[in-house]
Amino acid sequence: MNFKTLRTHTRLIALAGALACGAAQAGELEVLHWWTSGGEAKAAAELKAAMQAKGHTWKDFAVAGGGGDSAMTVLKSRVVSGNAPAAAQIKGPSLQEWAKEGVLANIDGVAKAEKWDELLPKVVSDVMKYKGNYIAVPVNVHRVNWLWANPEALKKAGTKLPTNWDEFFVTAEALKKAGIIPVAHGGQNWQDFTTFESVALGVGGAEFYKKALVQLDPATLGSPTMEKVLATFKRVKDYTDKNAPGRDWNLATAMVIKGEAGMQLMGDWAKGEFIAAGKVPGKDFLCAAAPGTAKSFTFNVDSFAMFKVKNEGSQAAQKDLAAAIMGPAFQELFNLNKGSIPVRLGMKLDKFDDCAKTSAKDFVDTAKTNSLVPSIAHGMAVPSATEGAIKDVVSQFWNTDKMTAKDAQAKLVAAAKTK
Amino acid sequence: MSAPGALRTPWLPKLVVAPSFIISFCFIYGLIAWNGYLSFSASRLLPNYEWVGLEQYALLWESERFRVALGNMAIFGGLFIGGAMALGLLLAVLLDQKIRGEGLLRTIYLYPMAISFVVTGTAWKWMLNPGLGLEHMVQQWGFAGFSFDWLINPDKAIYCVAIAGVWQSAGFVMALFLAALRGIDDAIIKAAQVDGASLPRIYWRIIIPSLRPVFFSTLMVVSHLAIKSFDLVMALTAGGPGYATDLPATFMYAMAFSRGQIGLGAASATVMLATVAAIVVPYLYSELRVKK
Repeated sequence: MNFKTLRTHTRLIALAGALACGAAQAGELEVLHWWTSGGEAKAAAELKAAMQAKGHTWKDFAVAGGGGDSAMTVLKSRVVSGNAPAAAQIKGPSLQEWAKEGVLANIDGVAKAEKWDELLPKVVSDVMKYKGNYIAVPVNVHRVNWLWANPEALKKAGTKLPTNWDEFFVTAEALKKAGIIPVAHGGQNWQDFTTFESVALGVGGAEFYKKALVQLDPATLGSPTMEKVLATFKRVKDYTDKNAPGRDWNLATAMVIKGEAGMQLMGDWAKGEFIAAGKVPGKDFLCAAAPGTAKSFTFNVDSFAMFKVKNEGSQAAQKDLAAAIMGPAFQELFNLNKGSIPVRLGMKLDKFDDCAKTSAKDFVDTAKTNSLVPSIAHGMAVPSATEGAIKDVVSQFWNTDKMTAKDAQAKLVAAAKTK
Repeated sequence: MSAPGALRTPWLPKLVVAPSFIISFCFIYGLIAWNGYLSFSASRLLPNYEWVGLEQYALLWESERFRVALGNMAIFGGLFIGGAMALGLLLAVLLDQKIRGEGLLRTIYLYPMAISFVVTGTAWKWMLNPGLGLEHMVQQWGFAGFSFDWLINPDKAIYCVAIAGVWQSAGFVMALFLAALRGIDDAIIKAAQVDGASLPRIYWRIIIPSLRPVFFSTLMVVSHLAIKSFDLVMALTAGGPGYATDLPATFMYAMAFSRGQIGLGAASATVMLATVAAIVVPYLYSELRVKK
């Protein structure tokens, strides 16, 4: 409430600090992140070491708890009280929302020096910019439109990996006959939404996806193609098991690992579960683009937003952090641990596995053909309020057996108007 | 001899009460007012003070999800309050029959209150999960046709939340009623027995009516538990399937904290406050008037 006074105080303290330190270039770097699980924490520690090597002090602002809802709550209260951290893990259109509040710093200087414009596909760098200035640094790229499968299960059912949605249902039917749960699914709204997104991309194609789920064009949302998407999406549910509601995604992945289920539609973070279970890609499990989406790519890019800080030392540290995150060494190390691929183009990928190599190749190719699209289910395409409203409709449709695709479509058009 | 110090320092009691008064004034009423103000603002990701009048409330009433949440509140609240009070009273009456092992039984019934709603929710989630809990167990016993899948049925899931809530709170209600039952003068009951009244009749006509004040205070405690329910739903269903078990509290959390719609969240919080006030204010009014 006492925003102004607080800000003045912070300014005074910062000024006093600057005077005391002189023109010190080493600064404190407080970073809000939720890289708290195994491999991610290791990568974060490397970044911390790199920053300490430059003389900066690193202060963790790690908040445990997955998706980051709790972290966002803490961040909001810190920013409102005029005490923002130097950097925070924020992504997608949320970056624009934060930038609109006027609390993010312009890091064009580093971006120019490091030639980010040449190293990033334009769709990605656009997300990192507010009014043409870089306000955030991207870390990695997750591909969301993946289909994971257990080759043993497919063999037992005498079927193969589907490449389009018609084949998908043939495969699913064969798996069902063989007594295997065809699709491992966790009935949580974001998982329903992830499946929906892959169906929309596969059935409608990248152009349709962009029009309907990025630009939210009412005519496209109301088109027969969307009705077909919804109907196909709902058909997938017939091939999931009845215990799916509330199941976590990694438990669904475990079903595929154990061969209880045949396939799963999930982003490439699922790969981490397979690898952790000691499985080899291509041999013990298969990765392929979700049916009908081989030529397109839904991206989910994690990024760090840089907040306005007063202290000169911290500003310098912020620049070093941004440069280090985009640097090839960190990009390789972090993404090997996380299961994603580097966002920086033109990197050597020798150490990455086949799934990641496919992903990286498609990332470059689809960027050229304009079929690299932001993932709506993972907060990359539309503002969070709109995303939430659409997610509610999709999830309700998935869970309500008496709702028809037509009803759902009408609700979808209405939900897309949420601002 | 009656408190001579009080005369010398008449300001002392006021001084002692002042800090807690100021703190509760700022952090309860102050924040209520702030929330009320935010509900009329265009606040999105962070609070801002651009006045938009009743727009957030209009959005709220248009939102199907909020209507589902209110409907759930009515179902859950009714079942939870009614169920906990009825079951609690029944247990109290049964325990009041001077039975053996009463101390042990009382503790067993009261124990659920000692654990948090999160634990209750998680435990019931496992028990009600068709592939893991009750349904699975009964089917293993050989009743293959048995089906109990309320937890995953969008139309029935809210009843699961009510079941878990009643299980947790019935023991507490029982303890309140039991204490009141013990407070009833034996002489009245004996007099009734002398007059030839049967036991059920004594309970129905004498004992339960004399529990009236306890009924009201229990109702207060249980109904505010119902309205602020959040952790139970989060642990049991997380509002799912879809948003079928959303309550106003979980709706408020989703809007204000994960969707960047603080104004809408504040509006729903104000509606919740009004709901609580609608129950509490008439009660306080009647109670305070009686005391005059």
